Amino acid sequence: MPAKSLKEEYSKGLWKENPVFRQLLGMCPTLAVTGTVINGLAMGLATSFVLIFSSLLVSSIKKLIPRQVRIASYIVIIATFVTIADRFLAAYFFPISKSLGPYVPLIVVNCIILGRQEAFSSKNPIGRSLLDALGMSSGFILALLVLSSIREILGSGTFMGYQILGAWFKPWLIMIFPSGAFITLGILLGIALFIETKNQSRST
Amino acid sequence: MDLVFLFISAIFVNNFVLYYFLGICPFLGVSKKIDSALSMGLAVTFVMTITAVVSWMINHWILIPFHLDYLQVVSFILVIASLVQLVEMFIRKISPPLYQALGIYLPLITTNCAIMGLALLASLNNYDFIKTVVFGVSSGLGFTLAIILMAGIREQLDLSDVPKPLEGAGIALIVAGIMALAFNGFIGMIK
Repeated sequence: MPAKSLKEEYSKGLWKENPVFRQLLGMCPTLAVTGTVINGLAMGLATSFVLIFSSLLVSSIKKLIPRQVRIASYIVIIATFVTIADRFLAAYFFPISKSLGPYVPLIVVNCIILGRQEAFSSKNPIGRSLLDALGMSSGFILALLVLSSIREILGSGTFMGYQILGAWFKPWLIMIFPSGAFITLGILLGIALFIETKNQSRST
Repeated sequence: MDLVFLFISAIFVNNFVLYYFLGICPFLGVSKKIDSALSMGLAVTFVMTITAVVSWMINHWILIPFHLDYLQVVSFILVIASLVQLVEMFIRKISPPLYQALGIYLPLITTNCAIMGLALLASLNNYDFIKTVVFGVSSGLGFTLAIILMAGIREQLDLSDVPKPLEGAGIALIVAGIMALAFNGFIGMIK
C-alpha cells in the first residue's frame, strides 16, 4: 500500500472516500434519523464515538486477535462501545435518546464501523487508525448534516428547532415522511457523482 | 384481532424497508433481478422468524430475570451471528436445493440491520411471545414484498434512459421514495 500523508489519511473520509456519498455505507441510519438536524447530529456524534474508540482499540490489540475470530471480536468491541453510547445518551440526553429509539443500539450493525476495522485499523498503526476514524466520522457527520438540514428546512421551515423561514413558507410535508429521505438522498448521490465525474475529467 | 392488525401493519404500513429504513443495504444491493430478490426475501423472512423466537427467549428468560438488560446489544448481535451460521449449516445438511437458492445470501444477513432491528423493536414494544413471532414473520414478508417490487421496477429501469449521475443507487433511492409515498396510502388501513 503506498503510504499516504497523514493529512490525506484524515481528509479522504471527507470527500474522496466519504462513507455515505461515495461508498454507500451506513445508509439505514442516514435515512432514518435525518428528519431533524438535532437527531442527525446526535446520531453522527454517537457513531463517531463508537468508530473512533473501536478503531483505537482494534488497532492497539490487533496482534492479539486470532485471524479466524477477528470479525466476532470486532463485533464484541463495537457492541461494547455502542452500549456505552446508548446508556450515556439515555442518562444525560433522554429526549434525544427517546426520539432516536432503536437506531442507537443499531449503530452496532452500521457497516461503516465494521468496514473500517476490517479494512484499516486491523492493518495500520494506532496513529493512522485514529486519523482514519476521525476522517470517516467527519465525513459521516457531514453527510448527516447536509441531509438533515435540507429535510428540516424544507420539511418544517426550521433549523435546529428555530424558525428560519417566514410565515409565507408552506412546509413540504413529504420531506418529513420516509419518502422525502429516500428522494433527497437519491438526488444528493446523483449530485455527488456528477461533481466527482467533473473533477476526474478535469484532472485527466 | 390485535394479531391481524399487527400482521397487516408490519407488512404494509410499518414496512421495515420503507418505514423503518432497516435492511437498506440488501434492498439496494440484491434488487437487480426478481428471482434473487425473492431468494433474499425468503432467507430474511426465515432468519427473522427464528431470531424473533430466540431473542424473545434470551430477553425474557435470561436478561430480564437477571437484570442484565444492558447486555442486550452484545447478546443479540452474538446470537444473530451464530444463529445465521447454524441455519446455514443446517440448511446445507437437510436441503441442498434450498441451500443452493439461499446459500450466498445467508452470510450477508448477519450484517443486515433488519434482523437486529427486529429483535430490538420487539423488545422495545414489549411484545409477548405470540406477538413477537407474528411480528417476525410479517416483517420478513414486508421486506420480501418491498424488495420484489423494487426488483421488478429495476428490471424495467434497465431499459429506460436514466441521467448518467443518477444511474445505480441514485435512481434506486428515488424509486424507493416514490414507493414509500405509495405505501403511505396504506396508513388508513389501521387507523
